[in-house]
Amino acid sequence: MTQDTHYNFAYLDEQTKRMIRRALLKAMAIPGYQVPFASREMPMPYGWGTGGVQVSAACLTPSDTLKVIDQGADDTTNAVSIRKFFEKTAQVATTESTRAASLIQTRHRIPEEPLREGQILVYQVPIPEPLRFLEPRETETRKMHALQDYGLMHVKLYEDIARHGNIATSYAYPVKVQGRYVMDPSPIPKFDNPKLRMAAIQLFGAGREQRIYAIPPYTDVVSLDFEDHPFEPSKANHACSLCGADHTYLDEVIVDDRGGRMFVCSDTDYCATRQATGAAPAQTATSQPQEAQP
Amino acid sequence: MYVAVKGGERAIDNAHDWLADERRGPRDIAELSIAQIRHQLALAVNRVMAEGSLYDPDLAALAIKQARGDLIEAIFLIRAYRTTLPRIGHSHPVDTGAMACDRRISATFKDLPGGQVLGPTFDYTHRLLDFKLLAEGPTAEAGNSGATQGMPAPAPMPRVSDFLNRDGLIQDEQPGPQTPPDMTRQPMEYPADRPLRLQALSRGDEGFVLGMAYSTQRGYGRNHPFVGELRIGSVAVEMDIPELGFAVEIGEITLTECETVNQFTGSKTEPAQFTRGYGLVFGQTERKAISMALVDRALRWEELGEDNMGAPAQDAEFVLSHADNIQATGFLEHIKLPHYVDFQSELELVRKLRAEASTPLSEAAE
Repeated sequence: MTQDTHYNFAYLDEQTKRMIRRALLKAMAIPGYQVPFASREMPMPYGWGTGGVQVSAACLTPSDTLKVIDQGADDTTNAVSIRKFFEKTAQVATTESTRAASLIQTRHRIPEEPLREGQILVYQVPIPEPLRFLEPRETETRKMHALQDYGLMHVKLYEDIARHGNIATSYAYPVKVQGRYVMDPSPIPKFDNPKLRMAAIQLFGAGREQRIYAIPPYTDVVSLDFEDHPFEPSKANHACSLCGADHTYLDEVIVDDRGGRMFVCSDTDYCATRQATGAAPAQTATSQPQEAQP
Repeated sequence: MYVAVKGGERAIDNAHDWLADERRGPRDIAELSIAQIRHQLALAVNRVMAEGSLYDPDLAALAIKQARGDLIEAIFLIRAYRTTLPRIGHSHPVDTGAMACDRRISATFKDLPGGQVLGPTFDYTHRLLDFKLLAEGPTAEAGNSGATQGMPAPAPMPRVSDFLNRDGLIQDEQPGPQTPPDMTRQPMEYPADRPLRLQALSRGDEGFVLGMAYSTQRGYGRNHPFVGELRIGSVAVEMDIPELGFAVEIGEITLTECETVNQFTGSKTEPAQFTRGYGLVFGQTERKAISMALVDRALRWEELGEDNMGAPAQDAEFVLSHADNIQATGFLEHIKLPHYVDFQSELELVRKLRAEASTPLSEAAE
């Protein structure tokens, strides 16, 4: 694809990239802290990954190899759209392989394959403020972060346990970063939370809300919990019907109109790699409807 | 057997081709020209320029054509284009007092220096469908009927608020910071000062700002507005050219300006006097400008020492963070994107909670 000469490399002008890089450096220096930045209007809608796209645009160099996933998959429509955007505006190499990528932009998942040093994982973030649904005012939540006043969050988690016996948050599960800031890991399933301590750089971009935050490599990230109600990552109690993996996050696919369903890896690259190396599918391809699972 | 859903790329391409075809419509109907849109759908063009924050009628008309008449989509196209434009500098503040007005009315004085000029307004038209337009035959050339001819030479039109100010009856506007903040280049910060609030309102969604303004009229933060003055016309834009060392006129833009005069009984700190709300919008966009002035006034409660009634229109963070239709529509529509990973985790949680809820019951029955 030929580069559109009407626009700068990776779309954004250099001044804007510089402004974003400054915000990124600040975010790396204060892990988990939400840095305000002058988010630009992008040629895709707010809420569709504009924050992630701006962070990626500010990080990409011509020698990078880009992977874009949405829900763990490379071929979901918005992932395709964002990948095409960078193919067109930056002419960078793209890949579906987690290993081969130097920069991965993601929505709602962390790849199953552990990331290594030197890789960058960019998250698209809809609502960066973990306290937003407890306190709608930005002026208040900024104060709460400044004072480390996270009592409201603990009360919410406690009330969940009192009402339901469990913490009723299954994605975007709040974490504490390096013992200081409570952070929203974006709407990843809580299954992915333990992976947040990793070797790669993690950058979070929220375009509409004009915030950037980061987790530097090997930073401590603790999912909030109580001693007597420890954090539990959860997934469907099945193995992948295609590659047999029993340790990956699974999507539930409805296969007929009689309640039949199957479970497959949400990380398409991981699943395909396993299949290519001869991993066997699980015994039963589909399961019958179950009222409830343990 | 399950086949992974592939082909997102081809589906997107096909959808875009279909969209392009639908946009053009039946080929036996003449294609709309940009000039037709610009001149015959001028009020749509004005709205796109105002909320797109870019004064360029041709590009706005192009955006409307490309967006198939969806004005929010057109505004989005303009915004995405605008953000890529380099900043070559700032103009001088425009002098709306020297505006060449097409329309200028005051609801507070029967007559005033410069007079009342109705201009091309829908006011006082009867909203009856004009079936002559449906016939699309050669109609009377309205523009040449002489309505715009024989007008007296434009008299100076001093601002209404200036007469009131002479008697000290209206509150003085305090000069703001020398260089106002630019909300398109700096992240929004709360509490937002007035220049920032006015910027956000000026590019805010017309429907949202209208709704907020209407709510103040119905009692949610009521502030008794009168349209002190509404003026629509063209003003010169001047800019300093460093090589020349002085300002030159670089063009003219059409603006709508509204100043409301609001009753104010006084507070602990201020004597009884009239107060103001201000609206300034690109193009002929008077509904928006009046709405903006009402909301501006409602947001000034703190500065004027009024009570916070807890009304939505008094809450700057609420108003400003929800006024932008490009942000709102993007976030609203993103829920069309796949969410099956989050949904899956919710499914598991609900199943788990249901399993746990049914267990103690059966145990109790034993």
